[in-house]
Formats: sequence, structure tokens, C-alpha cells
Amino acid sequence: MRDVSLDIQPGELVALLGPSGSGKTTLLRVIAGLNSPDRGRVLFDGENATNLPVQDRHVGMVFQNYALFKHMTVADNIGYGLRVRPRRTRPSRAAIKARVTELLQFVQLDGLGGRYPAQLSGGQRQRVALARALAIEPRVLLLDEPFGALDARVRKDLRRWLRDIHKQTGLTTVFVTHDQDEAMELADRVVVLNEGRIEQIGTPEELYDRPASPFVISFVGEAVALPVTIADGHVTFGGRELHIDTHGLRSGPARVFFRPADIAVAAEGSGDLEGRVESLRRTPAGVRATIAIDGYDQTLEIDSPLERSASLGGRVPLSLAKARIFPADENGDYVNAGDGI
Amino acid sequence: MSEIAVTSSGSRRGVNFRPVTQDSSFARYALIATAVLFLAIFLLAPLAIVFVEAFSKGIGPFLTAFDDPDARAAIRLTLLVAAIAVPANLVFGLAASWSIAKFSFPGKSVLITLIDLPFSVSPVVAGLVYVLVFGGQGLFGPWLAAHGVQIIFAVPGIVLATIFVTFPFVARELIPLMEEQGKIEEEAALTLGASGFKTFLTVTLPNIKWGLLYGVLLCNARAMGEFGAVSVVSGHIRGLTNTIPLQVEILYNEYNNVAAFALAVLLAGLALVTLGLKTFLEWRHADALSGRARRH
Repeated sequence: MRDVSLDIQPGELVALLGPSGSGKTTLLRVIAGLNSPDRGRVLFDGENATNLPVQDRHVGMVFQNYALFKHMTVADNIGYGLRVRPRRTRPSRAAIKARVTELLQFVQLDGLGGRYPAQLSGGQRQRVALARALAIEPRVLLLDEPFGALDARVRKDLRRWLRDIHKQTGLTTVFVTHDQDEAMELADRVVVLNEGRIEQIGTPEELYDRPASPFVISFVGEAVALPVTIADGHVTFGGRELHIDTHGLRSGPARVFFRPADIAVAAEGSGDLEGRVESLRRTPAGVRATIAIDGYDQTLEIDSPLERSASLGGRVPLSLAKARIFPADENGDYVNAGDGI
Repeated sequence: MSEIAVTSSGSRRGVNFRPVTQDSSFARYALIATAVLFLAIFLLAPLAIVFVEAFSKGIGPFLTAFDDPDARAAIRLTLLVAAIAVPANLVFGLAASWSIAKFSFPGKSVLITLIDLPFSVSPVVAGLVYVLVFGGQGLFGPWLAAHGVQIIFAVPGIVLATIFVTFPFVARELIPLMEEQGKIEEEAALTLGASGFKTFLTVTLPNIKWGLLYGVLLCNARAMGEFGAVSVVSGHIRGLTNTIPLQVEILYNEYNNVAAFALAVLLAGLALVTLGLKTFLEWRHADALSGRARRH
């Protein structure tokens, strides 16, 4: 991981989003104190926690496969963090029992305290892991791929449930995910990671509307990339001019990114691009057309209302409603974000 | 409503199908009979003979064999050696498998190979090595003699040789088990505030207890039954440095068959108890013992 600087506000729900190998789990483990950084610092509430051992950080960690203690009942799992405290700070047996009952209720597992983890479903184990982490009244809640091992239905329910839990407890929460829908739906702010670096930190809206890099725009939702040239303040693609603001941008090769939803069939004689209709498919909303753009080796799919639809094999003008342009730097990397349209 | 009917031509004609992997019944019975016969001749018969010989002159002579002070000394020594060697290897085995399974460090594969060394070295060679190192003419011999410490031809040498021979049992049992379990539960315990030692006691140990018991059983059986290495370093001093296996040999060489087999019954009994417990563990706690992909 390089140059990672991240400031998490109290009570915030933050997602660490990235493909596998992007360093998101490593970052989470560094926060938890399970991995130590070669360089750099970790601060908790402004105090340096870099050298604070895991035990003293008071983080509530929910592991990817829950890491429940197989040989303990659900109740013993949840009470573990209280039972292992040194005698001075350990609550009484009765107090621990009361807290476990309260937490079982909180995660809607009343009556299952006597079961063993192996006797629970995936979603139930997930909730036990969460209750166990909450039992120690952590300063921050860390979740590693909280829904990764669950099937789609359970995932959806648990997402909403986690959001509620966060609202009720008000705990600062950081979770790791590779699923952009999950990150966008749940998080107040999303940290997009790629190859050990932070690509962008922002609210879901900011990531959708103002992606800071080509990686972000392609990772967060679908995107089409067109190779273009900037010259004299004009952007050209295959000899046609695209109406994109190039103010302050470097001349030379660049990439234009847009989402499939942001391109539409334009009125005859206008439009930024032109393509040939490869196939047409009726959808509830209208017609979905697969269009091969002139000078571009991939096809793209657009949805258009019925009356505007073209005929199969015919040529259609297309106009861009929204796009982002990233001019190449001296290394040939497309990094600096322009404003686009 | 719809109906689907599939009729295979074979079943209609009543053809008897046999799975391709199943041999004819003759081959099956022949193979089973061979295996059973082999086991009977080479394993069961000798075991039976031990008991038959021990009781050949009745229960009285069998019991008098244990009145002999030398025999009692041998039993005491064997118990003492096992009482030192087994806990020593328990601690070593835990430490080695913990470090191998939970950390990565340079020389890890060398350590694994070293743990296996006692399995590949002949026990006699192991005994000789100790003689060469600690014996009178050995490396540290003169220094030890000058300080009044005797290792070879004394109890310490027997204990050392036994520890060497039984080195791998606990570690070999635990390494695959711990590797399979990984360290995720330990990490969970640490984040919940448990100290390293408490994590070991409350999370690691319960997860490996059956595997550990299994390893200890095998280790103990070998510690009590070891002959080769102990024979080299013991010096065969009656009543002082003879363990049960050595005493059995001496008695047998003196044509004292009843006494020899009476002591042998103890060892055979130990073997049977170990086998019984081992089978019970495998049957009752199969899942807790899994991860033994690299069984010896």
C-alpha cells in the first residue's frame, strides 16, 4: 500500500471498495492492528495507535468467514470478549449473561444462545459475529466482506439490516467490499482502492457524477471508453468533433468515458457520434439497440424510446449527454480528470 | 398435465448391470481372504502367542514374574522415562507445530524435515550418536565425567534417546491440523481483547485437543516400547537401566519364557489400549482430527 491517507469521521459508515488484490483488506487489518504498516501512522480519535496492540485498540472486527469459535455456543461466542478481560475490568457473570441476552435480542437471535455455530445458517452466523464484535463496545466496527459468503437474497436483507444497526448504534463503521452496488447502497463515503492506492474518496453521488480517474469510472458502474485526441481546444474521435469542454486540458491523446445511459439516439443531422444498428431487442421501456460505433472496436447497448428507434442495419446519429475526459500525461497514463460535459 | 416415460432397453430385457469398477465376486472374496490370512499369520498369531506363553504355566507363575525386583525396577524406569519424554515432546510438539503452522519464517521447511528425522534414522544409529556425544570417549564425555554427570549407561541417556525417537509424534499430528485451521479464530480472539496466552488456552487448545491427545497416545506407546536406541545407551544394568523391552530381551535370552512373556503382556496390553483409544478417537472425533493429509 502506498500513500494512503484516509480520515474517517465519527459515526460515519465508510466502504473500502476495490478489486481483489487492491489492498482493501490489508488496509482494514492495519486499522484493526492485525497487520502493522512499514511506514505511516494510524490515529484513533487523534491519538497515535500505530503501536497499540490489537487487544488495546477496542475494534469490533467481523471477519469474512466470521471466524466464530466452533467449540463454543453462540452465547459463549458473544460473551467471549467480556470473559477474557482481566479480573479488574471483567463484568460479573450475571452482567455478562445479561449483556449476551440483550445482544442476542438485538441481532434477532433470541433463543439460539445454546446452539453451536455449525448449527446456524450463514446469515445467522454473520449476526453472531456482529453481536460478538459489538459486545466489547468497540470504538470502531470493522467488517471484512460482510456479505461475501452469503447468497443474493440473504445479502439484500442483511444490507438493509446493517444500515439499521449502524443508525441505531451510531458506531463508526468501515467495511470492505468488492461489490460496488453494496458500497454505493450502504456507505456514506466510499474509498475506491486500486493496486494499493486510493483512487478516490467520496460520497456515492460524487463517485457516480465526478469520478476522479478512469479506474473509478470503469469500476463504479459500466463505462465505455473512446480513444480521442485533443487539439486546439477541440476533441475529435475518428474525424468527428465531440462537444466536450477542454478548458485547461493538455493537448494530445485522451480518453472519453461515458456511461451507456448517457448516450442516446440524436435527431437526424446532429449528434456527436454515428453508428450502425447491429441488433434490436424489445424491452419493457422501449428498444435496446446494439450499436457498432464507427472507428471503435466494441459495440455498445443503448436504450431508446420506440419512436426514435432506427431500423436494423441502419445508421443512427448519437449524442452524448454526459461524459468525462481524461487526457494522457507524459507517461501515457490517463489520470487528470477533466470536467467533461 | 404431461407425462414422460423413459424406458431403457436394458432393464426391459432384465439384463443385470454391474458397475464397471466392481470386480467379480470371486476376485473380491479372494482379495479379502488374502488380507485376512496375512493379518492372522503376521499380526494376530504373534499377539496371541504372547498371551499364551505368558499364561502357559498358569496364573501363578505369571504373577510371580512381577515379584522379581528387577522386573519391578524395569516397570518403574519405563514409567519414569515415559513420564519425562512424553511431556517434553508435548511441549516441543506444540511449540514446533504452532510456529510452523501460524508463522512463516526462513528455514521453515528445514525445521519440518528435521522433525521427521527420527522417523528416517535407525533408532540404533540415534543411540550411537548419543554415545558418541555424551559417552566416556565422546565429545562432552570427559567434561561431563569431571563434573560427575553420567548420561550414557544411566537414566538421563535413556530419557534423551527416548525423547529423540518420539520427537515427531505430537508435532506430526498437529502441524497439518493447525495449518488447516489457520489463525483466523486466534485473530478474532485477539481483536476481542484476549491476551496471547488466553487465546492459546481458550481458542487454540480446544481446537486441537483431540489431535493432541492422539499424538500423545502414539508418542507414549512408542516411548514405552522403544528398544533400539534405548538398548544402545542403557548398558543393560539390571535393576538400574533396564526398561521393560530390555528386560524382556534379557529374560528371553535366559530361557525364562514365562517371565519374558509376562512382561511382554504389559507392552502388548499397552498397545491394545492405545489402539482401542485411537480407534475411538477416530470414530468419535473424526472431524476434529481431519487435516491429516500427510499422515505417516
